[in-house]
Amino acid sequence: MRYAIAVYESEAGMEARKDPEYVAAYAAYVTALSEAGVWRGGAGLVSASTATTLRMKDGKRVVQDGPYADTKEELGGFLLIEVPDLDRALEWAARCPSAATGVIEVRATLPPVA
Amino acid sequence: MHPAEAAARDSYGRLLSMLAVRTGDLASAEDALAEAFLAAVESWSRDGTPHNPEGWLWTAARRRLVDAGRRRKTSLEKGALLELAESVDAEMECTTFPDERLRLLFVCAHPTIDENVRTPLMLQVVLGLDAARIATCLRVAPKTMGQRLWRAKTKIREARIPFHVDAADYSPRVFAVLEAIYAAYGSGWQDVTGDTAAARGLTEEAIWLARLIVRLLPEDPEAKGLLATMLYSKSREPSRRTPGGAYVPLSVQDTARWDRECLTEAEATLSSAARLGRIGPFQLEAAIQSAHVHARLTGRDDPQAIALLYDGLIQLAPTLGGQVAHAVARSRIDGAERGLVLLDAIEPAESRRTYQPYWSARAHLLEQLGRPRDACIAYDRAIGLSEDPEVRRFLANRKRALAPSR
Repeated sequence: MRYAIAVYESEAGMEARKDPEYVAAYAAYVTALSEAGVWRGGAGLVSASTATTLRMKDGKRVVQDGPYADTKEELGGFLLIEVPDLDRALEWAARCPSAATGVIEVRATLPPVA
Repeated sequence: MHPAEAAARDSYGRLLSMLAVRTGDLASAEDALAEAFLAAVESWSRDGTPHNPEGWLWTAARRRLVDAGRRRKTSLEKGALLELAESVDAEMECTTFPDERLRLLFVCAHPTIDENVRTPLMLQVVLGLDAARIATCLRVAPKTMGQRLWRAKTKIREARIPFHVDAADYSPRVFAVLEAIYAAYGSGWQDVTGDTAAARGLTEEAIWLARLIVRLLPEDPEAKGLLATMLYSKSREPSRRTPGGAYVPLSVQDTARWDRECLTEAEATLSSAARLGRIGPFQLEAAIQSAHVHARLTGRDDPQAIALLYDGLIQLAPTLGGQVAHAVARSRIDGAERGLVLLDAIEPAESRRTYQPYWSARAHLLEQLGRPRDACIAYDRAIGLSEDPEVRRFLANRKRALAPSR
């Protein structure tokens, strides 16, 4: 079963990204995921303030600066893992270095469409 | 804990066990008791607390259970409820109730009940903890936890899982009960290898259950061994973190900060277990804790004795945590090379590879063997598998000390 782990960073969490300790912790986390054979992909995202949103409204493109949802915590990155069940997914989510400062959202993914 | 809260917790399990033992239906008993407690809040604040609060709750819960039963269809349940209705009047005469919580614990640890739901089931039916709190502490999705508990209770009712244990099944069932209580406490190996943040929220409840089982089984040395193990661990709780929150391993903990009262109780509990003359894994674990504590308090370490205790422990109960700690204990007698061999022989390899303590221990042994590069990799794996930011920091410091030149 594939699960997406969405990492919502607090302001402090976003700030900590410059910290070598934070970077090392993430490197170790991703290595542990990949050595365990559960890592399927993912990436960290640059600050939400750099986001651009786009939608089609009445056949016209509407492009705006900033993230879709302007919340206190921002989506800082995501991981895709493959584990047998939600218990395991939560076990891995708890090990995410951002869990101590931000919020981790775990969701099962839909089966691939193609 | 507030005395009233403690009394309520005590009453809850007692009353629930009496209701459930008579009907074989945990879920209905819970519903009836919850309604009775609700009614009590209203009635007692209006009319004052009754002379016999437990008797009041018992009558109220039983009435609700009988009412609920009347609305049901199956004759089997009706029969049980009728019996309950008849038995109640005789019992209402006395003010003390029999303690049937042991039977409740036995049902929770029945072999047909999934291992992963035994601990939550006990916490819920004996202590009255709600599913959401249990889910959080055991790091399971609340919805999943709710479903697991519901399925287990349905199974107990539908399969008519008996609330008594045959003599032949007695010892393994007691062990299963003790194991489930221990699981509520956490891994118990924090000192050797790290911490168990997820389960920390339930240590108080686990000790409460251990005290209960010691009271219910006064002649069982393993119940005492379990309680002693938890008390040893609890006594060091204040010293496991610096005031700033940093993680401190046992070997450098400030022993002045240990809880002496708790430690004394642990020692007394272990001695009283030993006097019963039947050794078992929980007593061995407590004895190991005792040896570590004495080494720190007297400055006289006895690695030989500790290794022997671990030899015994993994013979009786080869848990993952036990095997890792055994390898470390053995390495202090037979050398780091031997420790590494033992570590890598731990089965199943699959669970070993995602077990943080395994990597911490491995890093430590590789460091001793003068293999800093390999130790570095092992420290990284341990860091990647840690949940606790302070443990991560501790391991990162160890790693840094390993290769100052980078």
